[in-house]
Amino acid sequence: MSDTPSNPMREAIQSAIAENHVILFMKGTPDAPACGFSARTVAVLQALEAPFAAVNVLGDPSIRQELSALSGWPTIPQLFVDGELVGGCDIVTEMYETGELQQLLGVAQNQANDAATPATPLTVAEPAPLSIDNLL
Amino acid sequence: MSVSPEELKTRIESAIPGTRAEVVGDGHHFEATVEGPAFAGLSRIAQHKLVYDVFGGELGERIHALSLKIRPTEAR
Repeated sequence: MSDTPSNPMREAIQSAIAENHVILFMKGTPDAPACGFSARTVAVLQALEAPFAAVNVLGDPSIRQELSALSGWPTIPQLFVDGELVGGCDIVTEMYETGELQQLLGVAQNQANDAATPATPLTVAEPAPLSIDNLL
Repeated sequence: MSVSPEELKTRIESAIPGTRAEVVGDGHHFEATVEGPAFAGLSRIAQHKLVYDVFGGELGERIHALSLKIRPTEAR
């Protein structure tokens, strides 16, 4: 491979993205988001009861640096599904409102019936957090 | 050092031909609605990147946050 093997952080991020069906890189943790945009993204995922891994980019400045270098996306949060960047808070929220996110995540339509009506309040459920530190 | 919504509007509109932008913000956090033919047929990711690329490294720094709503319009 042409990748320089001297970038363990980038490799850790790549494997985290590859190994988790749904993974959110955010500021803070699902229980204690440190930024409104991260909080809103977590709330959307939790409203859909979609299990997701979460990485706190504030844990180490190089996470954010390497993540944005990998994804080409400058801001946090960043949601990945099946190894693909879905987007940040705006896109995730928009896709939730249109029902596309429900489709992408394969959550049952009856759970998120009529996505247009935000019947499900964006509340906090039990997340499955994961720290990138655990992966290193 | 705060940034004016007008500056963002002007920069988006001049960088992406045919685009109209409405920007509101407090000097650090901004919300922009951007419409134009340049976005037609692009994925959401690509649409947002088109606007992000106008500002490059300023995003997250000088421009703390930029929330986007993109409305593709008919080409031509």
